[in-house]
This record gives sequence, structure tokens and C-alpha cells, in this order.
Amino acid sequence: MKRTLSVLVENRPGVLTRVAGLFSRRGYNIDSLAVGRTENPSISRMTIVVDGDEQIIEQVSKQLNKLIDVIKLSDITDDPHVGRELVLIKVNAEPAVRGEIMQIVDIFRARIVDIARNSLIIEATGDADKIDAIENSLRPFGIREVVRTGKIAMLRGAKTRGMEASGDGAGE
Amino acid sequence: MAQESKVRTGARALMEVLQDEGVELVFGYPGGAVLPLYHELGKANIRHVLVRQEQNAVHAASGYARTSGKTGVCLATSGPGATNLVTGIATAYMDSVPVVIFTGQVPTSMVGSDAFQETDITGITIPITKHNYLVKDVEELPRVAKEAFYIASTGRPGPVLVDIPRDVALAPCQAPVPERLELRGYKPTYQGHLGQLRALAKLLREAERPVLFAGGGVVVSRAEGYLQELAAKIQAPVATSLTGLGAFPEDNPLSLGMVGLHGKPCANHAVMECDLLVGLGVRFDDRVTGAIERFAPQAQIAHVDIDPAEIGKNVRVDLPLVGDISCVLKELLPLVEPARRPAWLERIKDLRNSYPLTYGRGGAVRPQWVIERLGEMTRGQAIITTDVGQHQMWAALFYGFTEPRTFISSCGLGTMGYGLPAAIGAALARPQKQVWVITGDGSFQMGMPELGTAREQGLPLKILLFNNQSLAMVRQLQHFYYDRQYTAVKFSGNPDFVRLAECYGAEGLRITKQEEVVPVLARALQSDSLTLIECLISEEEMVYPMVLNGSALNEMLLP
Ligand SMILES: Cc1ncc(C[n+]2csc(CCOP(=O)(O)OP(=O)(O)O)c2C)c(N)n1
Ligand SMILES: [Mg+2]
Repeated sequence: MKRTLSVLVENRPGVLTRVAGLFSRRGYNIDSLAVGRTENPSISRMTIVVDGDEQIIEQVSKQLNKLIDVIKLSDITDDPHVGRELVLIKVNAEPAVRGEIMQIVDIFRARIVDIARNSLIIEATGDADKIDAIENSLRPFGIREVVRTGKIAMLRGAKTRGMEASGDGAGE
Repeated sequence: MAQESKVRTGARALMEVLQDEGVELVFGYPGGAVLPLYHELGKANIRHVLVRQEQNAVHAASGYARTSGKTGVCLATSGPGATNLVTGIATAYMDSVPVVIFTGQVPTSMVGSDAFQETDITGITIPITKHNYLVKDVEELPRVAKEAFYIASTGRPGPVLVDIPRDVALAPCQAPVPERLELRGYKPTYQGHLGQLRALAKLLREAERPVLFAGGGVVVSRAEGYLQELAAKIQAPVATSLTGLGAFPEDNPLSLGMVGLHGKPCANHAVMECDLLVGLGVRFDDRVTGAIERFAPQAQIAHVDIDPAEIGKNVRVDLPLVGDISCVLKELLPLVEPARRPAWLERIKDLRNSYPLTYGRGGAVRPQWVIERLGEMTRGQAIITTDVGQHQMWAALFYGFTEPRTFISSCGLGTMGYGLPAAIGAALARPQKQVWVITGDGSFQMGMPELGTAREQGLPLKILLFNNQSLAMVRQLQHFYYDRQYTAVKFSGNPDFVRLAECYGAEGLRITKQEEVVPVLARALQSDSLTLIECLISEEEMVYPMVLNGSALNEMLLP
């Protein structure tokens, strides 16, 4: 079972190490992890896709919550959300097959962002299914390299998963 | 109290934090990178205990913290000083002990360059600290140091390490010691959820055969009074984990004693027969549960803990309740109705009579018997620190603890060498209490240099060393699991421990036969100097009860 966790963390050095280390140390499988700053420069958001049964996901969430640098964690899998990944695919493209490749690119509303003598770089965004599909469609031509960002996600509608729900700081 | 904002060095600002936190004692070991801190420590008039190895500074701070309930503080240098701390930190982490460790580090300009005595101690200790910091900006030091104390001592306690580069310690610092901390990612839950409290009260009302199972969390939150009240009100027997020893007086008729692989037979049977098991500040560690799929098969399990991640981690839980044990029990008490359980208590009495805790009598000195005598002679009120091995289990089973914070042992990590340094911390924390170290020849030799520290500090520790010339707990494992092939467990070069004690200006006594036990113990009890008693025992002793791998708790090997 794949779950998408949206995690707000302190934007501090070492936070990624703490999070990644927790996964490997406790034997959880990260499918993907994407991290970047939020609208508040002191906070980063990690979108983590984890694979595991209910008990594992519960442990992952609880253990992540224990990290002092983790401010807020939500499992957004079952909430309506927009999930996107960006992929760059370098594919073999002899002149004879370029037309066919361009058709595929069009169908997926992807883009060609670089052309060399016998290869192309294709950029696509979408959910994991779409990215998998475009990758599969291009495979017959010979894929030289794939770079994927991992999923980022945002709730649909006006709802946010930001800081406003978590009150302000604790402490004495 | 916040200080006026004035310029002073980072090191000086750190001393202000220590004073603000009421730190009276620091355990440590100096070296180049930490000298700016030592220089200010000397000026600040905070007592420093110089140990013989950094690991023992953490153990001593841990012994201090566990007996006093305050936070222990350590200081060590960069590189080898810092790496020597690691076992101590892991030991404190596994037993949830509040310790704050400050380490010196190479100057910030050299961090990351493999400089002389540089080691990435924050990287190394991520998995064994509750949190840690590398302070790169001196203006953050006062806040970070305050946070370290706050994090170490609240919620589920644990060690926190603060790594301070030399130039940061020397740099001018303007930031005041903060009065208020903003930790938006750290908010431990103390109060139990009312709905869950009511549900627990209902379970307790409906249960016919409840067992309360108390762990270290009861001790940490000082909930022993509430626990006794609850047990008496609902007439429920109380078992403890190893860390929970002392949380419930073993001379109370409702006490079952320790549960687990070497638990008391009556406690293990009660857990297997109960219909409600209420875990209070426990982890349901594998040394407690035995074969997990057959653990407490008839019971609904309620689990109360301040750390939500412990709930549901090891055993299935029917009723989770997150909160501080004291807060929870206080709220729970008015919700439960008094109960009498004659049938269940009768059954417990039967179990106690049918499966007494015994050890066959032989001619030689029996360590179990020695510890029983010690328990009687100190009325179960001494502070007992232990090392790890057979002697640890005998101490746990036979001493008869009656007060919390008197059984001080490396329970979660099982660290040999813990006993003596922990006793040093304990004796400094509670000078009016007798402190005994129950140790073995193997473990003692891991912490032995701290005899020098004990002597320097003038601590009248009593060390009861069971000498079986072997690593007998490991030998016991080889006996049961490795065809009695005893590999690497025999010592033939042990020192003469009595003379060794004398070298350190301590009194050395020896027990070689049973008649000597009581007089020698009595002599040590009356002495006000550091005393080591070497008690010669057989390497063939076994710790019983013993639940073999894969067996359920009630399938115990008995003598
Ligand atoms: C630092 C460390 N190394 C190894 C072990 C494994 N170990 C557990 S008990 C034990 C034997 C301890 O010997 P001793 O202190 O003489 O106690 P005894 O069992 O003989 O009473 C060993 C080696 C350990 N717990 N800690
Ligand atoms: Mg031994």
C-alpha cells in the first residue's frame, strides 16, 4: 500500500539526514522523497511516498512526529489532492523515428527540451501513472537515462496543510 | 531567570544556562577543543567530577539523573572524547534517561576537513539521542542549550547532545538566556484523553482478572503513589518490568515482581492468565513478552505511555492512551470504582505458592542467597546499581525493591560497565543513601578505572562483586543454545580483586563460604569507606526462571 505523507519540517541543516536515516534505520521503504522550501522560508515541506501496511505507516508517522524538527505531518493519501512528478527522459531518436516520438510527446502533453544528433530529452509532468505510461511508451526506442523528482502534492480546494492548523510554539 | 543582554563569550553564556538550569554537577573529561568551556566552568563554581573515561561520564550522569530525577550533565572533548561517549549515550537513550551532553568541536572553519580530533558526533549520535545540535552561530548557543535541557527532561526523557566548535565557545555572544522557548515541532502530550480514560475505567470495571504492568514511565513521572492507590482501590496485582523495579513495593501483597524471560514465575503466570493487562510506561520489549504471538493470550491490552510511537509497536493494543502516567492515573482514580477480587487474588496466591522463586541449595555460596540477605539487611532501601550478566538478574529477582529510583541498571541496552560509574552519580545525587554496586568479574573490569573517581570524590560505595571467573550469562546461553560448548567465556587472568581494591585505598573483603556472608555484609554496611566485597561463586550457576527462545512466558525452566 502506497501512502503519501506531507511533512512540514524546520528548514535547517541536517533535517533531511534525520528523516532519511529514520527510514533506513527502521527498515521502512521510501518510494520517493521530495523536499523544498514553503511560503515560509523557515519551513520546508517534504512529500514522502512510503510503501507498507497500515501498521508500518502508523509507525513511520509516529516516528517522524517524534523528530523535534518535524513540525506537522499529514497522510493526504485519502484526501483529494493534486499529485505531480516531473520527469526528464533521454531517449534514442534517430531521425527516422522522431515523428513517432513527437506524437507520443503530444499525446502526453509533454515537451521536448533538448535535441542532439540521435537523442532527445523529453520533459513531462503528471501523476505517477502518467509518468509510468510515458516512460513505457518511449521504452521501445531505447531510453538512455531517466531522472524523476518524486511526487509533490497539494490538497485540492481552499484547504491547506500548512502551519495555521498546528498553533504556535510550545515550551515553557 | 533571563539575563540582561550583555556581551560575553559563548562559553560564559553556556555557564549562565547551566546556572539558570540549577546544574550543580558536571561529569566530564577535558581535551583541547573543549578547553574554553572548562575554563569558564572553573570560574563558574560548578562542581566537576573528573571521570576516567568519557563513557563513564555519561553513565555517572545517568546514575545521577535516575536517582535524583534531575537532568545529568556531561562535558567531553572532540574526536576520541566524543566517540567514547557513544555507548554511554546509547545506554541512556534506551532507558529514557535525561542527560545533556556538551562536546567541544574543532573550529567551524575546519569542520568537515578531517581536522585533528574532528569527528561528526552529531551525525554519529542521531539514532541514539532524542535530539542533537551542532552550534555554528554563537548567538544561538543560549537558546540551543536551554532547548537541550527542555527536550531532555520533558515528555519521554532522553539524552540530548550539543556540539560546540571552539571558536563558537570563544566568540562574543549577545543573545540573552531565553525565558521562553518556541519549539513548534515538540509538544509532548501529558493529559490523557478523557474518552480514553473513561474507556480504561470501563475495562477495569469489567475485568475479572486484571494485571497492572508498571515500567520505567511510572518512575520517570513519579506516579508510584497513584499506582499504589489504584492497585489498592481496584485490588489489582501489579507486575513490573526491569526498569519498573521499585515502582511498586515488592513487600506489598499485591506485588507480583518482575515479568519477562527471567521474570518471577508468579508474575509470568499472572500475565498469561489475566483478562486485562494495563501497561503503564512500558515498551513491551522482547525480553518481556517471550513468544509475542502467545503473549497474554486471554487479555485485552490497554497501553498508557507518553510516547505515542510505543503504543502498538510491539503488541496489539485494544485501548491506547497517550499521556504522562502521573497525569493519567490521577484522572483515572476518581473514574474507577472500588473492587474486590477474591477469586483472582486467591488464584494469584495459589500461583505464588505453586511456583515460588527458588534456587536449589548447594554447599557453596549461592549468589541468590547473598542478595536476599543484602535485601533484608538494607530493608530493600539501598540504591542498587548493577552491571550486566547473571548478577543483574539475581539482583532484580532477589533483592526486593521497595522504593522507586533505587534500581539503577542498564536495562534496555544491557551495557556492561554501567554499574560503578552509575553508582558514582547516584551517590553524589543522594549522599544520605547507601549505594551498592552489584557486579560481576567481567563487567567490573569494564568500569574498574572509576574506582579512582570514587576514591577522589570520597564516596563510600559498596561493591559486591560476584566472581565466577567467567562471563557466566553468556556461558548460560552457550549451555542452552550452543551445545554446552563454552567458547570465550572463561577468565584465567583475573586480578586479585581484594588487593586491587586496596590499591585504590578501598577496603577489600572476601566471601568464600556461606558463614561469611552475613558478617562480611554487616561489616561493609557499617563502614563509611569505599568497600569492595569479592564473593566467589560457581560458574555453573544458572539464572532461573528462564523462558527459552520461542516459548511463551509461562513455559519457564525452573531449577
Ligand atoms: C559491553 C558489553 N559487551 C558484551 C555484552 C554481552 N554480555 C552479556 S552478559 C555478559 C557476561 C557478563 O559477565 P559478568 O559481568 O562476569 O557477569 P556474570 O554473568 O558472570 O554474572 C556478556 C559478555 C554486554 N552485555 N555488554
Ligand atoms: Mg562473571
